[in-house]
Amino acid sequence: MLRIRNLESGYGSLKVLRGVTIHINSGEIVTIIGANGSGKTTLLETITGIVRPRAGEILYKKRNISGMPPERIVALGCSLVPEGRQVFATMTVHENLVIGAYTRSSGPDRENVPEDLESVYALFPILKERNRQLAGTLSGGEQQMLAIGRSLMARPGLIMLDEPSMGLAPIIVKHIFEIIIQLRSRGNTILLVEQNAKAALGIADRGYVMETGSIVLEGTARELLDNHDVQRAYLGKDYKSIGE
Amino acid sequence: MSPDNIVQYLISGITAGSIYAIVAIGFNIIYNTTGIINFAQGEFLMLGGMISITLAQFMPLPAAILAAVIITAGVGFLIELVFIRWIDSPSVLRMIIITIGLSIVIREAALHIWDEKVRALPYFTGNEITSIEILGARFSPQVLWVLGTCAIIVIILNIFYYYTLTGKSMRACAANRTAASLCGINIKNMVSLSFTLSAAIGALAGCVISPITQTQYDCGATLAIKGFTAAIFGGLGSSTGAIVAGLLIGVIEAASISIIPLAYKDAITLTLLLGILFFRPGGIFGSREAAALKEY
Ligand SMILES: Nc1ncnc2c1ncn2[C@@H]1O[C@H](COP(=O)(O)OP(=O)(O)OP(=O)(O)O)[C@@H](O)[C@H]1O
Ligand SMILES: [Mg+2]
Repeated sequence: MLRIRNLESGYGSLKVLRGVTIHINSGEIVTIIGANGSGKTTLLETITGIVRPRAGEILYKKRNISGMPPERIVALGCSLVPEGRQVFATMTVHENLVIGAYTRSSGPDRENVPEDLESVYALFPILKERNRQLAGTLSGGEQQMLAIGRSLMARPGLIMLDEPSMGLAPIIVKHIFEIIIQLRSRGNTILLVEQNAKAALGIADRGYVMETGSIVLEGTARELLDNHDVQRAYLGKDYKSIGE
Repeated sequence: MSPDNIVQYLISGITAGSIYAIVAIGFNIIYNTTGIINFAQGEFLMLGGMISITLAQFMPLPAAILAAVIITAGVGFLIELVFIRWIDSPSVLRMIIITIGLSIVIREAALHIWDEKVRALPYFTGNEITSIEILGARFSPQVLWVLGTCAIIVIILNIFYYYTLTGKSMRACAANRTAASLCGINIKNMVSLSFTLSAAIGALAGCVISPITQTQYDCGATLAIKGFTAAIFGGLGSSTGAIVAGLLIGVIEAASISIIPLAYKDAITLTLLLGILFFRPGGIFGSREAAALKEY
């Protein structure tokens, strides 16, 4: 579904991605884990066209989307739930979701928008309760749900989530991760970027480990969970507990 | 001051104030989608007035006004296309220089096209001596045209912003530009639209005030300063703020005439502007929470 080869990008004179190669098959949950500043957000922003790639190629459904602007990429079905939610704070929950379906507003698919709105409300009943409230007044967890719901309104083939668990209580994180599993069972493909490596590898099929702009390790979620380096660096286990 | 006088001052203050409010709304439309102040906003009013005055010699007044609005909107669109669109990440200073430069160019062009004569559109109803009585004070019916037009502009803008998808998309751009483009909104097109829209509104305002205030190639600058003061006073980006602040400035100005010489009228607004910038740069409605909401 998504195939990235030797991708390089950065900001100004700062080179962040140094030849990233990853792929995601249709129907998979793939996770990318890595320390702060390793370039995970930059990778997602480069895929969605917010940051311009400098080299390499990005194929989405066999089509080269490298260098396209964000609005065209999302119209092709590649949608990002950005880090820090980025909901439209001064607009209502309902309006946020309607804007989420913007790409479909001029096509024949627009008839299905009300139906999708209902299905997002079914997935997140709290959003339905709050649908007239300004998004900026929602709690962090509710904003995360709204950001996911808004992304779903575009009917994306691939959903990329950038640290959905950031700053949320464990019980909300659990709920969000259950939703992600549910999305996959509804036919979505998911790329999940997380600091919370344990939770992410718990639901993922495969994973990549990123360090200073490169992929240093890849494998199935099981392999990564069992890997000593991963355990030490990202799962918070020290040598002793690994030895036991 | 007799009661009649108070009504007189109040109504002329509200009339001037509603124009300031419309200019301020023009500033806000562009500020909200781009984060920049378009210092050429006053020139849109001048262009609307001048073009309609010229066209009114060849066609009925309503047609001339409509054509002037459309032509000025086209100018706004072209300005964005030629001078703003290609700038990738505009710095505030750069945009200030560009828009001030544009205002000078438009003014000079107007001087060449029309010369420096003061002109005016004919009164929409009656002529300069027709008057109507409101609460004992006498007014030109044009005052009602101005007030009505401003009210209609505000109502239509609100319907546009809150009930149409394009309007909502413009608000989404204002709230969070990156997120808006992630939802599939073409930001550059929204910026073009905001320039077109604010030029059109400016031109319409320029037409309705022309019979009262008259139009000259350089009349945009004063209007822009008044409107800018209203926009800052009301809190940049807030249309409710713009309306309240615009009316307030109009009334303060009108009242000041009865106390200090007429020549100082414009100084009042400038003093107000400096005062606000010093003591309350967020404006009367620019509360902390609203500012925080807007960023996140
Ligand atoms: N807009 C920007 N301008 C300049 N440098 C940036 C920008 N955004 C990120 N960087 C730099 O790029 C590098 C990678 O940042 P990035 O946000 O991609 O990391 P990350 O893996 O998402 O980190 P985190 O887990 O903290 O979110 C960092 O060194 C950061 O300082
Ligand atoms: Mg990040």
